[in-house]
Amino acid sequence: MALLEIRNVTRRFGSYTAVDNVSISVEAGEFFTLLGPSGCGKTTLLRMIAGFDLPDSGQILLDGRDMVGTPPEKRPVHTVFQTYALFPHMTVADNIAFPLKMAGKKTHEIKTRVADALDSVRLSNFGNRFPNELSGGQKQRVAFARGLVNRPRLLLLDEPLGALDAKLREEMQMELINLQKEVGVTFVFVTHAQNEALALSHRIAVMNRGNVEQIDEPSKIYGFPRNRFVADFIGKISMMSAQVLEASPTHLRLDVGDMGEVTTAGKEGIKAGDKGTIAIRPEQILISHPSEAPRLKNHFLGKVQDFLYAGDVTTYIVELANGAYMEALLPNSAPGRAKFFEVGDPVSVSWHHDAGIFLND
Amino acid sequence: MTKEEANAPRAARFLVSGPPLLFLIVFFVVPSLIMILTSFRFPGEFGGLAPITAPAGANHGEYGLTTEAYQFFFSDILYAEIFLKSFGVALATTLICLVMAYPLAVLIAHSEKRFRNLMVLLVVLPFASNFLIRIYAWMIILGPESGLSHFINAILGAFGVAPVTLLFSPFAVLIGMVYVHLPFMVLPLYTNLEKHDPSLLDAAQDLGANGWQRFWRVTWPLSLPGVFSGSALVFIPVLGMFAVPDILGGTGDILIGNLIKDQFLGTRDWPFGSALSIMLTLVVLSVAGLAAWFARSATGQRAV
Repeated sequence: MALLEIRNVTRRFGSYTAVDNVSISVEAGEFFTLLGPSGCGKTTLLRMIAGFDLPDSGQILLDGRDMVGTPPEKRPVHTVFQTYALFPHMTVADNIAFPLKMAGKKTHEIKTRVADALDSVRLSNFGNRFPNELSGGQKQRVAFARGLVNRPRLLLLDEPLGALDAKLREEMQMELINLQKEVGVTFVFVTHAQNEALALSHRIAVMNRGNVEQIDEPSKIYGFPRNRFVADFIGKISMMSAQVLEASPTHLRLDVGDMGEVTTAGKEGIKAGDKGTIAIRPEQILISHPSEAPRLKNHFLGKVQDFLYAGDVTTYIVELANGAYMEALLPNSAPGRAKFFEVGDPVSVSWHHDAGIFLND
Repeated sequence: MTKEEANAPRAARFLVSGPPLLFLIVFFVVPSLIMILTSFRFPGEFGGLAPITAPAGANHGEYGLTTEAYQFFFSDILYAEIFLKSFGVALATTLICLVMAYPLAVLIAHSEKRFRNLMVLLVVLPFASNFLIRIYAWMIILGPESGLSHFINAILGAFGVAPVTLLFSPFAVLIGMVYVHLPFMVLPLYTNLEKHDPSLLDAAQDLGANGWQRFWRVTWPLSLPGVFSGSALVFIPVLGMFAVPDILGGTGDILIGNLIKDQFLGTRDWPFGSALSIMLTLVVLSVAGLAAWFARSATGQRAV
């Protein structure tokens, strides 16, 4: 039995449907992420799991027990808020002790567990500080410790890393993964940052306009997006309209209009004549001088239209002969090298016959 | 930068802060010093003050400086009692105002933004009419022929209790005091509560706190600065108030304010009136200092 089961949950605000018949189940010990753009319903769903909001229809079960009618303070679910919501009039130790006190734990037990919790987030010497004497990352860790100290069945995290700068955020991601492994508490994490979701999660539910578009492991979400929304929202991807000419279990032959034919990996349930989109990730595309082009089935000529230097890699935007754009990525393997091609350079783009994915309409 | 330019901000600062500073010196510091001096002088034979230096040809009478007024204050337990009673009234008024104002302030702070200003306006609206008129209105409301009196006495009569007079009693004084000072408690509390981060209450609830615990452990401690400033704004004026007990109180309901007023307008013993004022000021200052110290230690200097 799943630890958390969301069954056909719908939540409307007036005529607006924030969450539309969503069903998700989360296993014990899982790091589960709700990913989507703002307004996709992920925060509404989180508030319903916490008990701050109730579904108009559907059920939320925790350990098989329906949570409707149980107020937030009675649910074995704690939340790490986006703004941390640390109590400013309490010391760090008192903040962490709060859920234990509310649960009526004995003083000596509170003491040892607060000390353990402080230790687990490497803040042992900060127990007597007040929240406004802490840095952003430290506040964040106090919020984690406070959420975990009473060992909830489920810890909800509402964009907890949103307020941190990029460097610190990466550090906290590592810490969060280790913390979750250590305590074994099930995490439901809400974010709009796709790289964060990919880095942290065991499984991701991609949400859009109140619906779940896809639930899968990060690599499956990235590698085998189910539709255009998922493909476009997670990572970078080049997409072209295509029609299936020939379908076999191992490969598909596609007609991409002016560009001619493209071959891609086979996919179940696709037959000749189906219309859709061919989508290719920038790192799957090989970009080279036309003279040095590898002999691959999918091979087109174009010219560099623009490029984006990111330090480790440079992304080239290539305009193909038919006016379509493709993004190709090349590591800057030579030190001090920002780019291998200039704007306007003629280049060849090619990709393996099993790269890319066909998304049918 | 020349020296003149460097001094320019200082000159500007003086232009801004000078006039109010001058005002305070002329109308607060100087009168206070006069009061202190007066309290150490002899009263004049027909009111006012006796001269400090002996007038020419005078060989009897009292002049010069004396601590007589203070000795007089401590010679009779009556004055200490009046001080104590005034304290009791001020404390009771403050507590009643706090209990009444807190829910109101919470209500305003939690209501929709567009209604808040209207509600605050309603709280201060009584100030639009004259203070004395409002107190005289209470005289009618509490008077023996008022509906309220009839109603209360009818209920008491049903239980076989003798009828009571509401007006000219400590009860009437307390009602008047609370009525006049309630807005001074509501406004600082509202200003404080309005700034509270609502996510703190969500967090407390999420971590297992029920309604009472959320209030007692989050809202209340965070509102203490508002509680202290509201209490000071009520307690201190009530301590010196003479109009309300004059109008609504009985002959036995004399407070410090009335006592001081009588020394100047009735008995015409200016030195004793001044001495009483100074004693009151000292008491108020020490109470205010104590309250400030409590506020700091209770809320923690470092918390919000």
